[in-house]
Amino acid sequence: MRYLSLSSRNAKEIIRDPLSAVLGIALPILMLLLFTTLDKNSAIEVFKIESLTPGIIVFGFSFLMMFSAILLAKDKKSAFLTRLFASPLTATDYIIGYSLPFLPIAFLQAMACFIAALILGLAINVHILMSFVVLLPAAVFIIGLGMLLGSLLNENQVAAFGSVLIVVTSLFSGAWMDLNMVGGIFKTIGYILPFAHTVDAVRAVLTGDYAAIFPHLYWIIGYMVVTFSMAVFAFKHVMKK
Amino acid sequence: MEVCNTAAPCAIETKGLTKLYKKRTAVNSLNLSIKQGELFSLLGQNGAGKTTTIKMLCCLLSPTSGDAKIMGRSILENAAEIKQIINVSPQETAIAPNLTAKENLELVAEIYGSTRDKAKEKANEMLSLFKISDRSNDKAKTFSGGLQRRLSIAMALITDPEILFLDEPTLGLDPQARHELWNQIKQLKGRKTIVLTTHYLEEADELADRIGILKNGDLVACGTSSELKENLSRGKTVIIKCAGINGINSDAIDELRLDYPNINVIDCNIEVSSATINYYGIIDCLHRHNIEAENITTKESSLEDVYLTLNKDKEAK
Repeated sequence: MRYLSLSSRNAKEIIRDPLSAVLGIALPILMLLLFTTLDKNSAIEVFKIESLTPGIIVFGFSFLMMFSAILLAKDKKSAFLTRLFASPLTATDYIIGYSLPFLPIAFLQAMACFIAALILGLAINVHILMSFVVLLPAAVFIIGLGMLLGSLLNENQVAAFGSVLIVVTSLFSGAWMDLNMVGGIFKTIGYILPFAHTVDAVRAVLTGDYAAIFPHLYWIIGYMVVTFSMAVFAFKHVMKK
Repeated sequence: MEVCNTAAPCAIETKGLTKLYKKRTAVNSLNLSIKQGELFSLLGQNGAGKTTTIKMLCCLLSPTSGDAKIMGRSILENAAEIKQIINVSPQETAIAPNLTAKENLELVAEIYGSTRDKAKEKANEMLSLFKISDRSNDKAKTFSGGLQRRLSIAMALITDPEILFLDEPTLGLDPQARHELWNQIKQLKGRKTIVLTTHYLEEADELADRIGILKNGDLVACGTSSELKENLSRGKTVIIKCAGINGINSDAIDELRLDYPNINVIDCNIEVSSATINYYGIIDCLHRHNIEAENITTKESSLEDVYLTLNKDKEAK
């Protein structure tokens, strides 16, 4: 159970950084407010609260990826990881320790978005709870991606590359625009990446159309397995260095 | 000479420990014995192989060849066991910045298997021992460099390791913080086996029971500070101030160079370094060449002389 001590430390590092609260929770809620206001004036389909909320949650998750990557990159730079590597912790302890604390944070992010969405008019029903079935593998994927980047890159590279990934997430998730309407290469890329699949799957759950979560869920699980495996491999490489 | 014996068994014993990075040899066939309770200092310039050696001994790096025994356990075969009985304070300050001093200490104790209550108890002991109690609830990132380093060492000590590795513990600290940390380390002497790397000669001289000097991955000398000074320096240095002449008679210097090859002349001062110096012979020689010695001073060798001599000898080879 040593990984719980490491998890607890990592959670504290994230929660105590005021930027985490601002970027991880306040910004997505602000975006939700902004686009809901736009919806009142323009009545665009994707800006309707039941379409917008899944997109905003995925957008919020992209910051989680940044937090995870930056934490790991900082620990590498400060030699905190060297201290840990000299301890009796095993590879499994590290991987759980660096991923586990982000799951409750992802849950809190999603909950904060749903609560804001409920206030803004989202219908309260059991589908909200069911959406976490889709959001769980999406969160694990994003945490794995953060671990992968944090293992391979330094702090500055993570900041640069992570910013690009946040833009990619927001553009290709279909959160602010209907990818079917844009079409072409934009849509193709969007559906090669996992973000649009996550948004579509959660939208399907929220409308109660559970059959429509497939094949999106397969894509998400596939990305989760591949990315997390790569993250474990990269982390073990860091340990050997 | 055998360092370890039944009364003072070996804490660390390396045999042909080697680390190669592509074509560069970071550590070359290191054979070293460190006895239990000893404070051993690895001295060397940047890139000499000190940190690589520590990393291999802490099971953080696999050696290219050779092996080391830590309290009788092989770093190749018993890494998990070794990690439980050692601890390290790495070169860079390795603390969790957003955790308080107390939380940092508790974290390390728990990672090494202490229960939460025991970890709290040990953390309080360390805070008191390292005089950080008044800052125990402050985040570590608000600490000065010296205080962060003290916390880092306390984090290494909280697990009560049998062997403590301190990699450049005072690097970058101001003189006052360095002396404070030296006092903390001195308090541990005899109670723990400590391996300390440094490139500060005075630090090794002040703290270490024995010193190993690394140069380009080779252990070029090993012994107590006085042994190194006695065996490896050029002995004493005698400075003879010669009066009433405008320059030194080269015939006299040529004659003295036969016995003292390292003779040096700076203005009217003749510097002679040797393990044994025949004062009367020198004065007599100068007198024969009509040079009057006005003043004679003697300087004992320092560890710095040993270090510089070794570096010169190595470069000459």
